[in-house]
Amino acid sequence: MTNVWAVALKELRQIRRDRRTLLILLFIPGFFLFLYGYALNFDIRHVPLAVQDRDQSPESRALAASFVQSTYFDLVAAVTTDAEAVALMDRDDIRALLVVPEDFSRRLKRGEAAEVQVILNGDNANTATTVMGYVNAILADASVRLGPTSSQALVGAAPRIWYNPELRSTLFLVPGLIAYIATITAVVSTALSIVREKELGTMEQVRMAPISTTAFVLGKTLPYLILSQASAMIVIVAAMLLFGLPMRGDWFSLSVVVALFLVGALGTGLLVSTMSDTQQIALQTALLIAFLPTFMLSGFIFPIASMPAPLQYITAIVPARYFLIALRGVVLKGLDLGALWQPLLALVAFAVAVLGLSAVRLARR
Amino acid sequence: MSFDVRRGEVFGFLGSNGAGKSTTIRMLCGLLTPSSGRAEVDGLDVGNDPEGVKRRIGYMSQRFSLYELLTVDQNIRFYAGLYGLSGDRLERRRAFALEIGGLVGRETELARTLSGGWRQRLALGCALLHEPPILFLDEPTGGVDPVSRREFWRLIDDLSRAGTTVLVTTHYLDEAERCDRVAIMHAGRLAALGTTAELKSAFDARPILEVRSPDPVSLMAWLDTQPSVEKTSLFGTAVHAVMRNAAATPAGLRQAIEADGRQVTSVVPVMPSLEDVFLDVVDRLDRVPA
Repeated sequence: MTNVWAVALKELRQIRRDRRTLLILLFIPGFFLFLYGYALNFDIRHVPLAVQDRDQSPESRALAASFVQSTYFDLVAAVTTDAEAVALMDRDDIRALLVVPEDFSRRLKRGEAAEVQVILNGDNANTATTVMGYVNAILADASVRLGPTSSQALVGAAPRIWYNPELRSTLFLVPGLIAYIATITAVVSTALSIVREKELGTMEQVRMAPISTTAFVLGKTLPYLILSQASAMIVIVAAMLLFGLPMRGDWFSLSVVVALFLVGALGTGLLVSTMSDTQQIALQTALLIAFLPTFMLSGFIFPIASMPAPLQYITAIVPARYFLIALRGVVLKGLDLGALWQPLLALVAFAVAVLGLSAVRLARR
Repeated sequence: MSFDVRRGEVFGFLGSNGAGKSTTIRMLCGLLTPSSGRAEVDGLDVGNDPEGVKRRIGYMSQRFSLYELLTVDQNIRFYAGLYGLSGDRLERRRAFALEIGGLVGRETELARTLSGGWRQRLALGCALLHEPPILFLDEPTGGVDPVSRREFWRLIDDLSRAGTTVLVTTHYLDEAERCDRVAIMHAGRLAALGTTAELKSAFDARPILEVRSPDPVSLMAWLDTQPSVEKTSLFGTAVHAVMRNAAATPAGLRQAIEADGRQVTSVVPVMPSLEDVFLDVVDRLDRVPA
C-alpha cells in the first residue's frame, strides 16, 4: 500500500509540472463545453416570417403577434398577394409564411374551427421539421387564448413534453457533451501517462522494483480518477450556469454516475496504453476506440433509435450510451440510483471488462 | 549458456548489439520469462520467486530512467517509496544516493536539467537505495562523456570492494578489461568466459604480429593466403596476424612479405588485447555451425 501512495504522489507531482496534461485535464473540458455548447445548438430562432393577413381583425393580429413574441420568428414583411409571398420565399427573404383567411375571426366567434395556413421552406428538412414543431406549439397555445370556452374545444391531442418542455436541444446535448469531454480527459490522460513511462524507460525501471502491476496501475490511475471526477463536475456546474441545465436529482447520485463512467474510461485508457508504444499511437488508438464511438454511437447527437439495426447492436457496448441515459436521468428527470440500475450495471460491466482485459494484457508482458 | 557469478565480483557481458546481453540480464531480473532453463540470483530461483529476486537486486539501464519532471530529491523519494524505505533508513539512503550522484546541494533541480553524467550517477544512486547485494547495469555508460565514464567505473570498483556483486553489459572493450571476469556473448550464445588473462591465454601458442604497411588492405588479403598465418584482422591502419606456429618471429614474417615484393614498414610482436580475443572468439563461433 505504501508503494501505491509513492506512485500516486509521484504522479501528482508530475502532473503539476506537466503543462500538457494539465491542459488536457482542466482547460480543454471548459473550452470544449463553451465551444460545443454554443455551436452545437439545434434550436432555430429568428426564422424570417411574412404574414398575409386577409382578415385584418384583432384576433388575426394577435395570432401574428404570438409568432413574433415566441422569438422563434421575426416578422419581416406583410404581404397582400400570393405573388408577393412567392417572390419573398424564392429569394429566401422569408422561410415561413402565415396566411390568415378572411373568415378567421368570424369562425372563431361562432366557435368553429378556424384554420390558418403556414407555408415553410423545406429545403432543409431538419430545420423545417423543427420550425413546424414551433408552429404547432404556437398555434396550440393561441387557440387556447383566442378560442371560446373550453366546453366548446375541439377534440384533439394536447401533447405535453416532460423534462424539457420547450424541447431545447441544449438540455439534450449538454449531457452528451459531458460524456464526450470526460472521455477525452480520462482516456487520453491515462493512456498518455502510461505510454510516456514506456517511452522514457521508467516503466522498465519500475518493473524491476518489487511492486505489483496492480499497485503500480492503481497508483497511476487514482490521481487521474480524482482529477477527471473534479473536471467532470466542474463541467456539469458550468453547463448549469451557462446553459441552464437543470439539476433535478441529487448530487450524490450524479457523482456515482460520473465516477462509474470514469472508471470505465480510465480502464479504456489503460487498455489503449497496453496496445501502444508511443504517445502518438496511443492518441490515435484512443481516437478510434473511445472518441468516435462516444461521438457517433452514444446517442449524443444521432438518435440510436434511427440507426440501422447492426449499428444499434454495436451501441450496446459503448459505455457513453449508458452514461447518457443515467446522466439525463439524474439531471433532467431527477431519478435516483435505484431507478437507474440498468445503465449503471452496464457501466460497471464495461469497467470490469476493460480493466480485466488490460490486466490480462499487462500480465502477458 | 551456463555460468556462475561470485559474490563481490564485477562480471562483464561483452558483445555487439543484439548479442543477447540485455536479454540475459532481463531474464536474470525476472523481467523476461525464459523459454527453458533456470537461474538463481542470490540463492533464489528467478522463476519461482521473481519478487524476492527484485528485492535483492538493483537495476540501471542506459536510459537512466528518471522522471524528468521531478526534482532530484523527488526522484530519490519515489524510488525509495517503491522499495518501502521510510524513517531513518530513508534519510540515510537518500543522503547516500545524493553523495553517489554528487548532487548534494542540488536536490531541488529538475532531473530534466541534469546532463548525461549526472543523470547516470543519480540513476545509479536510485538503483542502490535499498542496498541490494547484486547490481545489474545494462550498458550503463551509453551516451556519457569519457570523463564521466571513468568516474562511473571508479564508483563500480568501490561498490565491488564493499561486497556488492556487479553484473554489467558493455560493448566497450576498455570497460570489459576492468571486469574481474568477462563473458563474451555472440548471437545469443555464451562464446567465452573467464578473466581477461584467461581469455588472452588462448593466444599463448599463437603469437600475434602487428604488421604496418603503406597498403594494409592488400597486404591483409595476401597474408590470409599464407599457410603460416591463421587469420588476420585490421586494427586501424595496422594488420594483426595470428600465427599458427608458437615460434613464429617478426623477422621471419617480414622476410616472407618482402620476398613477395611487398612493402612493409614494421613487424612487431604484440600482446593480445581483449579485442583480439573478441574477434577470435566470434570468428570461431561463426565458423562452427550451432
